[in-house]
Amino acid sequence: MTFYEELKAKGYTRRQFLKFCGIMGAMMGLRQTGVAQIVEALDTKERVHVIWEHFQECTCCSESFIRASHPLVGKILLELLSLDYDDLLMAAAGRVAEETKEASIKKHYGKYILCVEGSIPTGSYGYCTLGGRSAREIFDEEARGAAAIIAWGNCACSGCVQGAHPNPTKARPVHKLISGKPVINVQGCPPIADVMAGVITYYITFGRIPELDGMGRPKMFYARRIHDTCYRRAFFDAGLFVQSFDDENAKKGYCLYYMGCKGPNTYNSCGIIKWNDSVSYPIQSGHPCIGCAEPGYFDQEPFYEHLPSVPGIGIEATADKIGAAATVATLAGVSVHAVVTNIQKRKLIENNTEFPVKEDEVDGI
Amino acid sequence: MEYKIVVDPVTRIEGHLRVEAVASGGVITDAISTGTMVRGIEIIVKDRDPRDVWAFVMRVCGVCTSMHGLSSVRSVENAFGIDIPHNAQMVRNIMLGTLTTRDHLVHFYQLSALDWVDIVSALKADPAEASAVARSISPLSDAYTPWGENSPGYFADVQRKVKRFLEANPDNNLFSTNRWCWGSKLYKLPPAVNLVALAHYLQALDFQREMCKIQTIFGGKNPHPNYLVGGMACAINMQDPNAINMERLNFVQQKIHEINEFVNRVYLPDAIAVLSFYPEWASIGGGVSNYLSYGDYPMGQMNELDSYLSKRGIVSGRRMDAVEEFDPMALDGLQEFVNNSWYKYSVGKNQGLHPSVGETILDYTGPTEAYQWLGPDQPYSWIKTPRYRGKAMEVGPLARLAVNCAAGDQGMLEIAGAALSRWQQMANQFNNRDCGLTYDSWFSTPGRMIARAVDASRAAHFMQVAFDSLMDNIKAGDERMFNSAKWDPSSWPADAKGYSLNEAPRGANAHYCHIHNRKIVNYQMVVPTTWNGSPRDPQGQRSPFEESLIGTPCAGIEESNPEMTLAIIRTLHSFDPCMACAVHLYDENGTIIHRINIANQ
Repeated sequence: MTFYEELKAKGYTRRQFLKFCGIMGAMMGLRQTGVAQIVEALDTKERVHVIWEHFQECTCCSESFIRASHPLVGKILLELLSLDYDDLLMAAAGRVAEETKEASIKKHYGKYILCVEGSIPTGSYGYCTLGGRSAREIFDEEARGAAAIIAWGNCACSGCVQGAHPNPTKARPVHKLISGKPVINVQGCPPIADVMAGVITYYITFGRIPELDGMGRPKMFYARRIHDTCYRRAFFDAGLFVQSFDDENAKKGYCLYYMGCKGPNTYNSCGIIKWNDSVSYPIQSGHPCIGCAEPGYFDQEPFYEHLPSVPGIGIEATADKIGAAATVATLAGVSVHAVVTNIQKRKLIENNTEFPVKEDEVDGI
Repeated sequence: MEYKIVVDPVTRIEGHLRVEAVASGGVITDAISTGTMVRGIEIIVKDRDPRDVWAFVMRVCGVCTSMHGLSSVRSVENAFGIDIPHNAQMVRNIMLGTLTTRDHLVHFYQLSALDWVDIVSALKADPAEASAVARSISPLSDAYTPWGENSPGYFADVQRKVKRFLEANPDNNLFSTNRWCWGSKLYKLPPAVNLVALAHYLQALDFQREMCKIQTIFGGKNPHPNYLVGGMACAINMQDPNAINMERLNFVQQKIHEINEFVNRVYLPDAIAVLSFYPEWASIGGGVSNYLSYGDYPMGQMNELDSYLSKRGIVSGRRMDAVEEFDPMALDGLQEFVNNSWYKYSVGKNQGLHPSVGETILDYTGPTEAYQWLGPDQPYSWIKTPRYRGKAMEVGPLARLAVNCAAGDQGMLEIAGAALSRWQQMANQFNNRDCGLTYDSWFSTPGRMIARAVDASRAAHFMQVAFDSLMDNIKAGDERMFNSAKWDPSSWPADAKGYSLNEAPRGANAHYCHIHNRKIVNYQMVVPTTWNGSPRDPQGQRSPFEESLIGTPCAGIEESNPEMTLAIIRTLHSFDPCMACAVHLYDENGTIIHRINIANQ
């Protein structure tokens, strides 16, 4: 049964179906022809079967997923897919749950999507077992039959908190343990619900995984730094910064760069899509971005020191040249904007003089 | 005849839980519960800036998201003697209430309802009858949309949608249509009640998404909102669009109102109605008889215990005439044991340690290949075993109900009393007999579930109390949200120890921190599911999960029948297990190697 037939049977109208396609198209930044492709795909394609595994995780990805914002998307998502196994939501437990999964894997071998929430420990057999078997064994077996693997969140993409120093369980992300399969890294701790929905809908629509960046992240959601899409960017450009939480500038919503904001080095859609039905995002609620969509963000602390003081960021971070270049550009921006003499901006700049930009640090780069 | 039963994975919980049980003579006679996953958060926070630790430990759990972040900033504030502005305290209370009500709601509908509600039977219901049942369960819900959807047409629509879902891939869908024991005699609700509960399952799935938006307003995102040592980062400015202003506050007030409506008009009545069909369970699943609650929702500073809206104390042996004191710093009071866990202590495997001097060294001695049976004869879990003065304690909503009733809290006494009499009345009515439910019925599997709904009602009320206080304070001219006095590390003492005792949705949650030379040197968490789901202690005393399974009836059920699994998970689910919280290991070899390069990953 196709998605549209399914919807029709559930009592949705053609108009609601087209609206859903439009929302998904808009989220993926597609033009009218692209939306038509979504409509066609959902009209004619079989539902995709999904096995959703939880390994070393905190379940925040699943929790985020069930918060998908647009009502139509949220309602449909659990039905748009055939979610055959997910130990968070499924009714059966124990052996019946396992049998249900085995049946699905057998029947849809080579065609199902394996969704992985959590990292996989390689330190000992006993660090994560399910049904008396290790996470590694289960993962290897299920990955073999999958058409593609979606790595949900920072745990599955890069190890998140348990992968931080000293990584006691030797937690590994999905892409380090498998080759020869498409792996989509959907970053964030957790990923934004609508990003998760968007990735899945793209796959169903186009029958292929979305274009990925060098870190395996879908470009459609991870091509922009938070800094470049932040509504507080204007304050950064004007040289207006918060210098202490709850100070006069914090109350005016100025830029959080000096409070340690990792927006200049973090690629995610928080500034565009925002969180929980676009209610807010961390910076809008006054807290600096902690960079939760970047690999190794827990080893980039202290969180409340601004970028030049963070080990691993700056000119010595040769591992990620793009990131380093972006950081330099950011700092140059601080410097340039601090000496702008544009008359119209003068008043604003004066406001900033009690918190002068630390030129020495900028020069140090 | 004696036989062995394994349930692994236990589904519809957070994380990885395994249960092995032994049945004999028609009842379960022994059980062990095992946490089967470990990550190592406590060693990872070592040597970190104490102001950052909230973000690490918040990732202990994404279901009770925000809880460990809150506990962490409170423990650091306790170490440095930081008082936070009243506004920040109220915002934290509102966020805690948001977490608690949403968690309880999701637990009842999404995680535990399918133990009692037969969705296949719901397909046979007469929608008109379902409509009448819905009105009788909660007569007030007619007055309130969108949950006033009680018409026969609405129920027919739900039925049609679910039918299609269940009939697609009946062998391997999320509800295992052909494999699970739908239609079993263990499911006792009439079809119409099944249909009402199923409809509310879908409504709750929509509504939970609305609830967490309050955390997004103040914390920027959910799951995993942002906290701040010294207050909150969300500045208030009633004259600026870029801060917490009238629009944001109106939004929060509206959500608090909706939460109170849903909890009191839909969730609490549904919980009582569904469980009233199972009066025989009111004497099953009681477990241990001591209850611990740390109390929470401070209206003053954290050290002003009298200002807590939910009280602290211990109820021993279900004796409701006295509340015992909990001493957080007594070294022989709160202790964790590792005799049955995969850790070792420098002081020996059978000695308990207070969390302020806690240590844990990973010591996995379990199977190293696929296994069928662990058994209780050697260490069998990643969860440590906490005791207070040697006693096993249950924590969670039932403990909060017991402690607050014993402490004479008027609000709790009233709502708990009303809930019990409604439960008695509905049970008698639905079963056409006097079911003999008494005060003791609270200490059972369904009692624990109704206590959780009562707890949600209290939390929803506390949110409004905190919101009103926040508004009064802002009206009085106080817009402060953050105390910067101890923000700069140069203002910290060379050595500081702190702790925080809090009430997570699942119960008593303690964080102990030791800060030396501006870095964390020791961090210990004793969290709710550690209390409830731990292995047995050196005296052989069982913890709540294991104890509560003893005596579960399973006469006439074959070992391989899913009904056996169902009988076991009913009681387990009543605790709302949260395994990721319960397991947080320490270090593998006790030495810091060097900071990993971020490019390494």
